[in-house]
Amino acid sequence: MTIRVDEKTKVLVQGITGHQGAFHALRMMEYGTRVVAGTSPGKGGESIDGIPVYETVEACVQRHGANASALFVPAPFVKDAAFEAMGAGIRLLVIVSEHVPLHDTLDILAYAKDTGSYVVGPNTFGIIVPEQCKIGIMPDHIYRSGSIGLVSRSGTLSYEIAYSLVEDGWGISMAVGIGGDAVVGLSYIDVLKWMEQDEETEAITLIGEIGGSAEEEAAEFIKTMRKPVVAYVAGQTAPEGKRMGHAGAIIERGRGTYRAKCEALEEGGAQVAAFPWEVPDLVRQCLAI
Amino acid sequence: MRLYEYMAKNMLADYGIPIPKSRVVTSVDEAVETADDFGVPVVLKAQVLSGGRGKAGGIQFAETPRIAGENAQTLLASEIGGHRVETLLVEERLDIDREWYLGIIIDTASKSPVVMASAQGGVEIETVPDRNIFRATIDTKWGLFRYQMRALTTDMGISGVAARQVQTIAIALYRLFRREDALMAEINPLALCGDEVVAADARLTLDDDSRFRHRDWPDTEAFGEIGARIAELGLSYVPLAGDVAVLANGAGATMATMDALAHFGADPMNFLDVGGGADREKMGEALRLLASTDPKVILINVFGGITRCDELAQMVVDAKASGVLEAPLVIRLSGTNEDEGRDILEAAGLNAFNHLDQAARRAAELVGEGGADDNSSG
Repeated sequence: MTIRVDEKTKVLVQGITGHQGAFHALRMMEYGTRVVAGTSPGKGGESIDGIPVYETVEACVQRHGANASALFVPAPFVKDAAFEAMGAGIRLLVIVSEHVPLHDTLDILAYAKDTGSYVVGPNTFGIIVPEQCKIGIMPDHIYRSGSIGLVSRSGTLSYEIAYSLVEDGWGISMAVGIGGDAVVGLSYIDVLKWMEQDEETEAITLIGEIGGSAEEEAAEFIKTMRKPVVAYVAGQTAPEGKRMGHAGAIIERGRGTYRAKCEALEEGGAQVAAFPWEVPDLVRQCLAI
Repeated sequence: MRLYEYMAKNMLADYGIPIPKSRVVTSVDEAVETADDFGVPVVLKAQVLSGGRGKAGGIQFAETPRIAGENAQTLLASEIGGHRVETLLVEERLDIDREWYLGIIIDTASKSPVVMASAQGGVEIETVPDRNIFRATIDTKWGLFRYQMRALTTDMGISGVAARQVQTIAIALYRLFRREDALMAEINPLALCGDEVVAADARLTLDDDSRFRHRDWPDTEAFGEIGARIAELGLSYVPLAGDVAVLANGAGATMATMDALAHFGADPMNFLDVGGGADREKMGEALRLLASTDPKVILINVFGGITRCDELAQMVVDAKASGVLEAPLVIRLSGTNEDEGRDILEAAGLNAFNHLDQAARRAAELVGEGGADDNSSG
């Protein structure tokens, strides 16, 4: 299993009878994703738009060969759902749910390490390979297939930048949301490593924000990359000590500042855009050389 | 959520960590009475969440109840970090022989809790050279072992009974860290007083996302009445000091909106993220609450993903019609159902920009012009 999803990936939706789960299961299916089954405790035997609903992940794996899961369950139940999926042999989990307690995330990621599972998120918009497959909640009509890889902590900002790239004539090879929480599974580096190898991808756009040290760690890895990286970091004007929406977006005791991130990324060899609307031009400059 | 020192210390005591004899007071009389009851020199500590309390004069020593009263009077009339001091912690004054630092944080790179300790306590840990900070990574599956803490106390140069006490306190602090869903737990200084080790000061940050399993938690960080009402809507809000009220969808996109505004010379008055599938009523209520904070300009930046532009446009038109939006509106609309959204706005005499830079520039210009209304049917 890799994070490369395609039209053959068999996706299960945990929490499929909920408002978000039902809506996005259908959107994913319409986009071409093979959504084979869903779970919802107490609702086994029902179906959502023709997708069979089961009590357990085990049943979805046994009867439909599900090999990836999108989690839409409410935050208090995410830990249970994630352990269930990994216990049943699922090795790619996309945790869309937000507000998952951080200590639950630590336990989920420890079990992922033990079982060799990839966890994307929590609080992620998911993964999309345009015109093939999406697992997540992104508005898919804005993407077009192409050569730019996109990796981001935030959702809307990445849609905005994807849209401006497509408007400018570019296409997207793959877009991955690593999630807005302070601790997440898949890291920028995991995605960059993959995109560096990916034949479809020619350049990468990394979208970061203040807080934590993920961008700085990514900058170290960018030094070793052949493909050009254009980065943008949100939160230039955010005050210290205030959590800006995302649990991870907080400058604490002078750590995780905009300046430190931009300097690290530049030093790592990335082109850093001061504003989202500068990204397409920088991508063009990188690929022209 | 950060806890006040007295709340943090009560929690430490619940987990068996020794704290100084203390009492919470809110008046001069109570302070005098407490100092009298204790019958020893005391220290009065302003209960505020901002750092640098000592430097700001928030900690006062008093040899007698009379001096305690005078200090309480001064402290209760003061402001620290922009917050009025309303509560004091009166503690017996400790006779400290040595000061250490003990903290637990979550290392986002290793995705594990890490114990941090230093023999240089009583100062901000950021000022301590890295070589003087000792660390132990915890595997959450197994917990914190005493041998790990034995190594730490050895590195810190602590021996004998004190070493064992510090180890026990660290293990208790980790138990608290996990059970109480803490994001950061810090005892600084951890003080050696004679042959007893005491938590002389403490800082705790708890995970708001785990509130559902800690129903008894207080709320220390509500941002005023507007903040509390927006929080009830399930939206994310932070008040700031500028002139332009900002409503956007998505945390990253909201920050980018603020950054764009600043670039064109205007300051945001707030952070408000209405993303995450908020419905029309909730967004409308949030917009009305924002308008009530008396902004010079209101900037709405929506890139429609899950949030649909037509829903957003209808919400804005309804709010405008209800007459609560006095400040000029600048709207940027793009993405899902953009054309439908634009039609709804135009029918109501409103218009929207396509791109963020255009909208941010216009909002900044309007602040410069003193907020003349350019986007309404009058």
